Amino acid sequence: MDHLVVVGASLAGIRAVESARKAGHTGPVTLVGAEEHLPYDRPPLSKAYLEEAEPDDVRFRTEEHLRDELAVTLRLGAPATGLDPKGRIVAVGEDELAYDALVVTTGGAARTLPGEPLEGVHTLRTLDDAIAVRAALDAGARTVVIGAGFIGSEVASGARKRGLSATIVEALPVPLVRSVGEDMGHACAALHRANGTDLRCGATVEALEGADGRVTGVRLEGGEVLPADLVVVGIGVNPATGWLEGSGIELHGRDGGVVADATLRAADRVYAAGDVVHFPNALFDGELMRLEHWTTAAEQGALAARNALDPESATELGTVPYFWSDWYGSRIQFVGRPQADEIRVASAPDDPKFLALYRRGDRLIGTITIDRPTQIMKYKRLISKRASWAEALEFAGLG
Amino acid sequence: MGLRIELDPGKCSGLGLCEAEAPELFEVQEDGSLTVLDDHPSADRRAECEAAVASCPTEALRLVED
Ligand SMILES: Cc1cc2nc3c(=O)[nH]c(=O)nc-3n(C[C@H](O)[C@H](O)[C@H](O)COP(=O)(O)OP(=O)(O)OC[C@H]3O[C@@H](n4cnc5c(N)ncnc54)[C@H](O)[C@@H]3O)c2cc1C
Ligand code: SF4
Repeated sequence: MDHLVVVGASLAGIRAVESARKAGHTGPVTLVGAEEHLPYDRPPLSKAYLEEAEPDDVRFRTEEHLRDELAVTLRLGAPATGLDPKGRIVAVGEDELAYDALVVTTGGAARTLPGEPLEGVHTLRTLDDAIAVRAALDAGARTVVIGAGFIGSEVASGARKRGLSATIVEALPVPLVRSVGEDMGHACAALHRANGTDLRCGATVEALEGADGRVTGVRLEGGEVLPADLVVVGIGVNPATGWLEGSGIELHGRDGGVVADATLRAADRVYAAGDVVHFPNALFDGELMRLEHWTTAAEQGALAARNALDPESATELGTVPYFWSDWYGSRIQFVGRPQADEIRVASAPDDPKFLALYRRGDRLIGTITIDRPTQIMKYKRLISKRASWAEALEFAGLG
Repeated sequence: MGLRIELDPGKCSGLGLCEAEAPELFEVQEDGSLTVLDDHPSADRRAECEAAVASCPTEALRLVED
């Protein structure tokens, strides 16, 4: 019976093993993970996990459930180190795991700053990172966040919620321009300012300052030093594909992510899912995209396992990207694609409940909302049924 | 035998993924809470219900037969 091996024991990985069982796969399943932890959920790590209250358990499943209900052999704390797709073998250190179907769900690793490591400087990608950041906040740290992305912004929000000072240093003149566009970047920046976070845009970090191996501040170009006990570096993620180099699996020239087709196939009996994969999205005319979104990772994990086990009837993925981010009690939600021919702000200039629509050609391709939870999914539906721009404007009351 | 949708409001984080799957059954409200529009859906809605339950990131939904 076919042996399914899933490499990467996080969201996409757990969804892969669950969907394999749900699809009726009765053969052996092995889940290989670099971290010691059982698979856990990441979005809470920069949200509820940073609050003062005792955090909830973030693990998806208990070890018993994985072992007894899903009959999964767990190999945790054991990073895969190589792949031979012709011989169908995954190397895990000295061990060789033979597979019949492989799903790659190794996600990404946070980018770090060059230089000597200093205590008090963290990224926020793993549970261990979150434990360290939480401990620093518990100790009342003055927080400096490098990079005004979503995760960094959530950290600043968490620090402010505890009444601690927070500064964000961002190299771009407007935060998030690449992920949501300029007006929306301004709307998001306004949330920081309204909540007492010192947002420094167009600022470049020259160096981290430290004493006795501990960070003491962040020096900006121009000489200003921002005092800090905690520095959180939020400058993006690199796909974790070092173990696939030289294997013959195609890696993307820009970031090294796995390049797959619309069925998430990367090579014969090798499929990939989650933050690690570039795939042509059928719903966006085959635009190649790599998303770092919870819902996509969940959806792709499930599909990749089904397709890997039954390649003859593999189905393609057409999906509307969706992500959310929680700042200062406000919820930012985005559906679709931000790369647009036109972005139309549909809310009144003074309305903090923000709404903007993104147009590509004659089609609605994206929508962002701040604190409009009743509306966002309706726009997601419009995008998935390829609604025209006119239809979208009418729906937004601008028609 | 009918279908029944159970919502655990304590777990629901109001992200609305269920609504995206089954807009006639779920709607997120202005305050971020979720309303189940029809908690006894007809049997022909089973696929929609299952998709909605599976889409929920916090496992706040359950589909039961009674
Ligand atoms: C702090 C934080 C907050 C977030 N908030 C949101 C949010 O609000 N909304 C949203 O939509 N998304 C959010 N995300 C993104 C979301 O969590 C990711 O899209 C999701 O975790 C991707 O899942 P994945 O399984 O593809 O990859 P990952 O979660 O990155 O998991 C990959 C796993 O593979 C393991 N691995 C790596 N290399 C190897 C190897 N060689 N061998 C074995 N195992 C390996 C890693 O250790 C890791 O456990 C957030 C992410 C973070 C970090
Ligand atoms: S998907 Fe789950 S968490 Fe989200 S609104 Fe529906 S029930 Fe609530």
